[in-house]
Amino acid sequence: MKSDMHHFMRDVREKPDIAPLRDIVEKITYAEETTQELLEDHPLDKYLRRDRIPHIWCSGCGIGNVLISYVTALEEMKADIKKQVVVSGIGCTGRIPGYLNMDTFHTTHGRAIPFATGMKLANPELTVSVISGDGDLFAIGGNHFLHAARRNITMMVLCVNNFNYGMTGGQLGPTTLLDDISATSPFGNYEPPFNIPYLAAASGAVYVARWTTIHLRRLIKSITRALTKKGFSFIEVLAPCPTNYGKMNKKGTALDIARYYQQKSVIRDFCDPMLADLSRSDELVIGEFVDIEKPCFQEIQERIYKEATKNGIHV
Amino acid sequence: MPAHIRTGTHFMSGNIASAEGALAAGCKFYAGYPITPSTELAEWMSRRLPESGGVFIQMEDEIASMGAILGASWAGKKSMTATSGPGFSLMQENIGLGVITETPCVIVDVQRGGPSTGLPTLVGQQDVMQARWGSHGDYEIIALSPDSVQECFDITVMAFNYAEEYRVPAIVLMDECVSHMWEKVVIPSEEDIKIINRQVPDSPPPPGQDYYPYRCKNGGMVPCMPRAGEGYRIHITGLTHTEKGYPRIDAEAQEKLVRRLCDKIRLNQDKISKVEEYLMDDAEICFVAYGTTSRSARRAVKIARQKGIKAGLLRLITIWPFPENRIRTLAERIKTFVVAEINYGQIFYEVQRCAGGKAETILVPKLGGELHKPDEILKGAGI
Repeated sequence: MKSDMHHFMRDVREKPDIAPLRDIVEKITYAEETTQELLEDHPLDKYLRRDRIPHIWCSGCGIGNVLISYVTALEEMKADIKKQVVVSGIGCTGRIPGYLNMDTFHTTHGRAIPFATGMKLANPELTVSVISGDGDLFAIGGNHFLHAARRNITMMVLCVNNFNYGMTGGQLGPTTLLDDISATSPFGNYEPPFNIPYLAAASGAVYVARWTTIHLRRLIKSITRALTKKGFSFIEVLAPCPTNYGKMNKKGTALDIARYYQQKSVIRDFCDPMLADLSRSDELVIGEFVDIEKPCFQEIQERIYKEATKNGIHV
Repeated sequence: MPAHIRTGTHFMSGNIASAEGALAAGCKFYAGYPITPSTELAEWMSRRLPESGGVFIQMEDEIASMGAILGASWAGKKSMTATSGPGFSLMQENIGLGVITETPCVIVDVQRGGPSTGLPTLVGQQDVMQARWGSHGDYEIIALSPDSVQECFDITVMAFNYAEEYRVPAIVLMDECVSHMWEKVVIPSEEDIKIINRQVPDSPPPPGQDYYPYRCKNGGMVPCMPRAGEGYRIHITGLTHTEKGYPRIDAEAQEKLVRRLCDKIRLNQDKISKVEEYLMDDAEICFVAYGTTSRSARRAVKIARQKGIKAGLLRLITIWPFPENRIRTLAERIKTFVVAEINYGQIFYEVQRCAGGKAETILVPKLGGELHKPDEILKGAGI
């Protein structure tokens, strides 16, 4: 953690475009030792594998915000950590489980949801979360997402959407916006992106929300809601990738992207998720779009199994 | 009588017998996708799992099926899937995840003719090498091949036992003939079925102490397997990892991990390998076969004996690890190995390798779609 903070402060000192932060940095530098002590005893530390810090994410990356939001939600819920399982696929976001001090599974590319499905059905007492990226969940793993949502398996799927494949150097993904530059769309992207909340809602998710990495309070509330719901819950978090997507599309620093989120986002709770298309230039639609109740896979299966076995099955 | 073990004498197909074997071994989770000629196995599990206290789910494809059984295994349940060629191809990446994360599970591959869609309803034995190294990277796996419906039951129990003991995906390499064949099956009573369960750690470490999920105890090669939800706080990854389960991307960690993954099987080859020998005591010609083909080969041996030729049969029950030492020993005294298999030469090359030029090796191939006739095997052997 210490070395990361050094990097962050070095960045802030050296980059004139984040000059307003300099005062704060001076204060942090002054109180560095105290800060370090505070970090030692941070209430969220118990959720992290501290021996794995520093993490692999670039400075300005939004994934850390999502990680902290997830553990803050657990803290606020007073969740039983023993029963929490986090499953991911491959990619930058796929590395989240490696930093969480609980039962965590870093599986194959795109296959976190089937792995999580098996786990939840084999032990329904577990609270199963899938945290992965947009490419992992919606390109290579897209089909699994549709079917888990259709089946209404009880799990939370949290997608960090940074609009590109960060880990491999910024190639286009299923969420890259039209005309945007990526390592494999050097002249502009000619593939329309998914509107993921719309996809999730249409596939049968009982809870669908979208936030950005500056809407952490709301994101934490959403995670809390998703983790307590029966059935398939989905949250999309729009996140900056200043190293790849941001740089290639001249989006500026992480701070600039945060400012963009602040200026453009409009909270439209329970609006038709069809309207949450990110291609529109006027506004960035965020909010809770779906929050409904319907029987989950386990409930229906249990009912049918119970009826079938009541008088003995004859096969 | 517990619901999951149908002790008694039955008339059933290979697919159904394999499903009953899985239930008898304690399988409580099945995820699969319909594919000929394995479908009856999934159908049977969908009927039998509810009363056996298990869960059945039909997934969206074989990739998902394989992923789901790995997840279920880490949740503490014995799990399985069944498929055929095209589905087996789709499962390969997650089989690799099962290998590197050391996840016990059983995959039944009912072989049909390939490549690609090939002969969906007809027999093949062309997935033998795929079972060994179908997933990328270095690894060793356990694969068994039944030649009767009774053995479909017995071998599926055995596959679960190996999977649990060695913490590796175990493959039951059936073929279309044995899967659709109907024969008598005797299911023993519960106490007469030998069951091996994975070693589990005694208790989670006290707060503040870390647990090392991949640390082997007492010089062993297979670590204990905790399950999710019990407070071990394990991190399990498909990346090369340390004993603590943490990713480590360097040659040293790779050497240590992959060597152990391979050696836990390789060094136990003689313990795992199972063969059946028929009239081999004085044999000069050794027919080598597995699965349904061995039934034709057995007949070929009888005909050869009637002609006064000293022939015998070596039937491979475990395909992987390959019974190298047995072939090497036999090569010292056998004149000719005749390998009959429903492919254009897969196990043949293994036999040739182990014979090491000390005995002649002849391949009697069949490209799929039907069994060898005993006469064809004899003709191929020049008898």
